[in-house]
Amino acid sequence: MAPLLAVLLVFVVAPLAFVVAVSFFHYDNFAIIPAFSFENYADVLTAHLTYELYVTMIWFSLLTWFFTLIIGFTVAYFLVFHVRNPLIAIGLFLVCTVPFWTSNVIRMISWLPLLGKQGLINSALLATGVTRQPLQFLLFSDFSVVVSYVHLFTIFMIVPIFNSMSRIDRTLFEAAADAGSSRWQTLLHVVVPLCKSGIALGSIFVVTLVMGDFYVVKVMSGGSRASIVSAMYDDISTLLFPHAAANAVILMIIVVIMVSLILRVVDVRKELASQR
Amino acid sequence: MAQRRKNGARIGGVDANTAISRRNLLRAAAAVGAAAGSQVIGAPTIWAQEIKDIELRHVGVSYSVVKAIGDQASKDLGFKVTMQNLDTSAAITRFITQPQTVDIPDLEGWQTKVAVARGILQGIEVKRIKEFDNILPIFTKGEYEGKKVSRQGISPYEAMYIEKKDSTKIVEGVHDWMTFLPQVYNADSIGYRPDIVGHPVTRWKDLIDPTYKGRSAILDVPNIGIMDAALALESRGDLVYKNKGNMTRQEIDTTINALIALKKQGQFRATWTTFEQSVELMASGEVVIQSMWSPAVTAVLAKGIPCIYAPVNEQPNGKEGYRGWCNGMGLMRHLSGKKLEAAYEYLNWYYAGWQGGFVARHGYYSPVPKTAEKFMTANEYGYWYLGKPAADVIKDPYGAPIAKAGAVRDGGSFIERFTNIACWNTVMDQNQYMIQRWNEFKSA
Repeated sequence: MAPLLAVLLVFVVAPLAFVVAVSFFHYDNFAIIPAFSFENYADVLTAHLTYELYVTMIWFSLLTWFFTLIIGFTVAYFLVFHVRNPLIAIGLFLVCTVPFWTSNVIRMISWLPLLGKQGLINSALLATGVTRQPLQFLLFSDFSVVVSYVHLFTIFMIVPIFNSMSRIDRTLFEAAADAGSSRWQTLLHVVVPLCKSGIALGSIFVVTLVMGDFYVVKVMSGGSRASIVSAMYDDISTLLFPHAAANAVILMIIVVIMVSLILRVVDVRKELASQR
Repeated sequence: MAQRRKNGARIGGVDANTAISRRNLLRAAAAVGAAAGSQVIGAPTIWAQEIKDIELRHVGVSYSVVKAIGDQASKDLGFKVTMQNLDTSAAITRFITQPQTVDIPDLEGWQTKVAVARGILQGIEVKRIKEFDNILPIFTKGEYEGKKVSRQGISPYEAMYIEKKDSTKIVEGVHDWMTFLPQVYNADSIGYRPDIVGHPVTRWKDLIDPTYKGRSAILDVPNIGIMDAALALESRGDLVYKNKGNMTRQEIDTTINALIALKKQGQFRATWTTFEQSVELMASGEVVIQSMWSPAVTAVLAKGIPCIYAPVNEQPNGKEGYRGWCNGMGLMRHLSGKKLEAAYEYLNWYYAGWQGGFVARHGYYSPVPKTAEKFMTANEYGYWYLGKPAADVIKDPYGAPIAKAGAVRDGGSFIERFTNIACWNTVMDQNQYMIQRWNEFKSA
C-alpha cells in the first residue's frame, strides 16, 4: 500500500494541489503573483464563453457516448454470444484493437482524405450524380468531430462491456427462454442489467475523454470550434496560468460530478463484487 | 567527442556545397585556433581544445531554431550546438521556470519583454557583435532610409535595448546592451490560388470577400490571427485602428463581432494553427484564399499547385501592409566564462552568412543581408532578396523546384516588404480579454 500511496501523492495529489494553489494567484502580463483571490474564478464563471464551451462539449460527450455505446455493445454482444469458439472470440477481440496500434493523430487525420471537399466520399457522390456540389458538412464540422470521437473511443466501450458480458452465466439464457422470454426481452431484462458495470465503466472513459479533449476538436472541426481545454491552451500560450488553472479546477469539478452521477446510477463496486 | 572531431575533419573534405571554400576555411580556422580564425570570423578568443567540451542549448520554435543550422554551426565552430524545439508558449515557460536548462533562448518581441522583466537574460554587448553596423537599421534603429518603421504591435526595435548588462527594463533609443539579437524575420500576408481567384490580390479585404464564401481560412493563433482580421476589416473600411497591435476593448469587440458575423455567413471554411494545416487546406482545395506564412506558400508550390503570396503594400490612406515578425537570440543570465565566450562566437556565426543563405531558401531573411549574399548564388540572391526575375530555376532547401526562370518573387524585394509593415507580432495589454473573445468567435 505504501508504494502506491507514494506514487499517488507524487503524481496525482501534488500536481493537483499545485494547480489549485495557482488558480488563486494574481497575474499580469509579465508575472504570476502568489495571492489568495477568487478573481480568476469570478472571471471564468461570469464569462459567457464558459457556458458556451461546456454546452458544446457536453453535447459532444452525449452524442459520442450514445454512438459508442450502441456500437460497443453490439460488437461485444457479437463477440461473446455469437462467436462460439472462445479462441476465435479472443482473436476477433484483438482484431478490434488493431487500429489502435497507430497513434490517435494518424487515425484522426486519416479521415481528412475521406471526408474532404475533394475526398473519396464527395468524389463518389459527384461522380454518381447524387449531388452536384460537394457536401461541406462532412469535414470541418460538428459531424466530423463526432465521427472522429466515435472512431477513437469505441474501444473504451467495447472492452469493459466485453468483460462483463463474458461473466454472464449462459444458463440464464435457457432460463429466460423457458420462462417464455423473447430474444429482445432477454437482451433487455437479462443481458443489459448484467452489463451495467461494464457500460458504466465504458461511459466514464468516453465522457472524461471527450470532456478533456483538445486536439480532435481542433483538427476535425477545422478550428471552427473551441473546446474547454483549447481555451485553456490559448490562456497558457501567453502565460495566463492562474486563469487557466481556475478553468482546469472547474472542469475537474464538473467531470467529477458527471462521473459520480454515472456511478450513482450503477454501483460499479457492488456489481463487480457480486459477480465474483 | 573524438568521433565528432573526426567527422568534422572528414565532412569538410567531402562536402561539395557552393560554400565549400569558405566553409572549409571556417572549420580549419576553428581547429587551428585564434590566429587563423581572426581573418575569417573575427577573433575567437578561446582555444579549440578548451571549447570542444562546451555544449550550447538553443531552444525555441521549429521555424527559427533549425537543426540543420545548429549542425552547421557545430561543424564550423568546433563546439556542440544542440537545437531543441518547443512551441512559443512552452518555450517561454521553460525559459522562466527552468532558466538553467537553456543557454540561447529563441525570442520574439513579446517573449523578450517578459524575459527581460523577469531578469532571466543578460544583455548582449553591442561592441562584441562584429556585424552590428551591418544589421539593417529596421531592427537596430526602427527606421529605414529615414522612414520610420511601424510601431504597431511590438517591433523588434521596441524591445531591443537595455541600459546595463543586467537591467530589467527595456528602454527607448540605441544603447550599448541588446536584449536579443534578431536572426530571422519575415512579413506575412495572404496566400491564394491564382487559378481559382482569377485576379491579383493586393488587399486584405479579399480574405473576407463573400465571393470566397466557404473557401477562405484564417490563422487561429489568437494574438496574430486578430491582427490579420484587423487588417482585413480596416481594408474593408469597417474601422481604423489606433494600434492594431494593442487594441482597446472596444476595438477587440468590433473585430470579434465582425468575425462572428462573417462566420455565421459561412465565410470561413476553417481556421488553422500549424504550418502543415495551412498547406493541407490550400493543397487539398478546401480553401482558395487564407492568411498564410511564406514557407507554406513555398510548400504548396513544391506540390505543383499554383499559389501566390499576396503583395499587400501599404496604401497612401494607411490601409493594408504586412504583419511582420522577427525571432532573435538572447543570452541566458547564467552564462559565464568560456560558455559565454562560446555563446558570443555562436551569435556572431549567425551573422557570418551561412544561416542567412539557408533561411532565404525558405523565403525568410537574415538581418545582415550583406553576408548572406556570399552564401547564395547571384540568381538566388536576386530572386529572394532583390525581387529580380529568376535567371534560372529556383529550388527550395530540399531541392524541389519552386520557380521557373523568369519568375519574380511575390511582393518584390525584401526592402519593399519591410518598408510596408503595418504591424508586428505581439501580445496586447488586453490579452486575456482578447483571447476570451477570440474563443467566442471560435465557438460561435
